[in-house]
Amino acid sequence: MGLDIRIPVGALFSLLGLLLAGYGLQGGAALAQRSLGINIDLWWGAVMAVFGAAMLLLAWRARARARSR
Amino acid sequence: MHPKAIDWIIMGTYFAVVLGIGAALKRSMRTSTDFFLSGRAMPAWIAGLAFISANLGAQEVIGMAASGAKYGMATSQFYWVGAIPAMVFLGVFMMPFYYGSRARSVPEYLKLRFDEKTRGLNAITFAVMTVFSSGISLYALALLLRLLLGWDFNTSVSLSALIVLVYIFLGGLTSAIYNEVLQFFLIVFGFAPLVLIGLKDVGGWQGLVAGLHTVARSRGFAPDAWLSTWGVMGSPHENPMGIDWFSMAMGLGFVLSFGYWCTDFLVVQRALSAESMDAARRTPLIAAIPKMLFPFLVILPGMIAIAATVHGGASGLTLPRQADGRLNYNMVVPLMLGRYFPNGMLGLGLTALMASFMTGMAGNVTAFNTVWTYDIYQAYVRRDASDAHYLTVGRVATVVGIALSVAAAYVTNRFNNIMDLLQLLFAFVNAPLFATFLLGMFWKRASGHGAFAGLLAGTAAAAVHHGLTLPAGAAPGIKGGWIAVMHLYPSPMAQNFWTAIYAFGVCFLVTVGVSLATRPRPERDLVGLVYSLTPRQRTGSARWYRRPAVLGACVLGAAVVLNLLFW
Repeated sequence: MGLDIRIPVGALFSLLGLLLAGYGLQGGAALAQRSLGINIDLWWGAVMAVFGAAMLLLAWRARARARSR
Repeated sequence: MHPKAIDWIIMGTYFAVVLGIGAALKRSMRTSTDFFLSGRAMPAWIAGLAFISANLGAQEVIGMAASGAKYGMATSQFYWVGAIPAMVFLGVFMMPFYYGSRARSVPEYLKLRFDEKTRGLNAITFAVMTVFSSGISLYALALLLRLLLGWDFNTSVSLSALIVLVYIFLGGLTSAIYNEVLQFFLIVFGFAPLVLIGLKDVGGWQGLVAGLHTVARSRGFAPDAWLSTWGVMGSPHENPMGIDWFSMAMGLGFVLSFGYWCTDFLVVQRALSAESMDAARRTPLIAAIPKMLFPFLVILPGMIAIAATVHGGASGLTLPRQADGRLNYNMVVPLMLGRYFPNGMLGLGLTALMASFMTGMAGNVTAFNTVWTYDIYQAYVRRDASDAHYLTVGRVATVVGIALSVAAAYVTNRFNNIMDLLQLLFAFVNAPLFATFLLGMFWKRASGHGAFAGLLAGTAAAAVHHGLTLPAGAAPGIKGGWIAVMHLYPSPMAQNFWTAIYAFGVCFLVTVGVSLATRPRPERDLVGLVYSLTPRQRTGSARWYRRPAVLGACVLGAAVVLNLLFW
C-alpha cells in the first residue's frame, strides 16, 4: 500500500506520549491525586512515547531494507 | 468531568492524524478494487487488527463493561466460547472458499455457490443491518459527547458523521482499516490504565475477589458466581445470566458465534483485503490472539465497578442508579474515566471511546457501500458499466450510507430499546445464514432453491419462536410474546440463544429437505466453492508458525487454557 501504517501509528503515539508525559511532569502531585497517587500522565505518557518510537523505528528499518534491495 | 486544554489538544491530534491518513491515501484510490477491497494488498497483521477492531464498536466497549458488572466473568464466554473457535474455523476451513472464489463480498459468494435470489435476499437484509448498527454507534457517540462535553445531540451527530464521511470518501476501505488499527492501539492504551488504577482502588486481585464474593452473596448466588464461567452453568438459576451450559455452548458457542464471525461481511471484508490466500487465512487467527485477552481490558472494568459499588473501594467509586432504582450498568466506563483519570489521560480515554464509536460506524459504512455497489447496484441496476463508474457509485453510496446512519441514530434516539431489536436481527439474519454456508461449503448436493427456502424458513422460525416466548419480567411486544406466551425464559440472553438455535436448526433441515427434492448444480460449476470438489490448499510459507492449521491449533489450545483457568 502507498502508506506504511506504522508511520501514522508511530507518529500519533509518540506525539500523544510526549504531550501526556510533559503535562504529567509539570502537574506533579496535585494531578496524581485523582489516580490514587500514581502520576499516570507521566508514566503512561512515557510508555506510549516508547511504543510510538518503536513503531517509527520499525517503519524506518523496513524502508531502508526495501531501498537497499 | 472537566476537560482542559490538554484533553482537547489530545483529541485534536487524533482527528488531525485520521484526516491526514484519508488525504494521504486519496492518491492510491484508482480502481473500485482499491476502494472496496484495499486492492487486496493488506499484510495479515494489519487485516487481523482491523478484523477485531471493526467489531469493537459502541456495543462492545460500553456493553461488555456493563455485562461484566451485571453478569461477571461469565461475560468472557462471548470471547472464549463465542468468538475464538469461530474465528479459527473461518481461517482454517472457510477462508479458502471466500478468498479462492475471488468473490468480492459474502452475498457474491452466495451467488456463485447458489443462485441470484439467495444473494439478493442476503444483500438486502445485510444492508439493512449495517445501517442500523452504524446508526447505533453514531447514537452512542452523540450520547457520550452530550454527557461528557455538553454538546447537543444534533451537533455531535453531524460532526461525527462528517469526520467519518471525509475519511472513507477519500481513502475507502484502506482508510477505514488504517483507522481501525489506530483505534485498536488507542483502546489498549486508553483502557489498560483504567484497569490498573481500578484494581488498585479495590485492593488488587485479592480485593476484587473478596468484593465479588460479597456481590454474589448479596444477590443470593454462590460466592463464585461473578468469578466463574462454566462452573456456575449447571442450571440457569446458579448464575446471574440465567443460562445453562447447553444453551451457552449451542446457542452462543455454535450458532450465534459462527453465524456472526463466519458470515458477517463486516468482518469477512477485512480478511478479503489481505494480500494473499495465506494472509487471508491468517487474518482471523492473528485477530484471535488479542481477542482472547480483551476480557481483561473491557470486562474487568465492569467487575471492578460492581465490586467497588457493593463492597466499597478506596476512592468511594459507586455506580449511579436509574430512575427505577436499579444500577445503571451502562455508566461503568464513563464513570471510571471521570473518577480515575486526571486531565491528560482523560483526553486519551475520551479519544479512545470516540475512535471506537467512529470506527464501529465506518466499518459498517464500508461494508454497506461494497454490498450496495456490487450486490445491488451492479446486479440489478447497471450491469456493464466502467470501473470508474462503480468507483463513483461507491463514493455516492458512502454518502447515502452515512445519511441513513444519521437517520437511524435519530430513530434510536426515539426508541430506547432498539439495542434489543438489533440483537434480535442478528439472531434472525445471521443464525440461519450460517446453516446455509455450512451446507453450501461442505455439501455439494445443496441447491439454490434449498438455500433460499432454508433461509426464509429459518428467519420465519426465529420470528415464530420470538413471538411465542418471553424473558421473565418483560411485557409482550418488542421483547417477544407478540403471538402468545407459551414459554418464559429466565433472561433475554437465554431467549436470544434459543431463537438462534431454532433459526439455525430449521434452516438446516429445510435446506437439506428442499435440496434433496431439487436438482443440484453440476459439479464442474462448484470447483473452488465446495470443500470436496476443491484441491487442498498448499500453504506457500514453510515456517510452522505461519501455517494456518498450526496457528489455529495454538489459538484454540490457548482458549481452552483460559476456559480452564476461569472455570
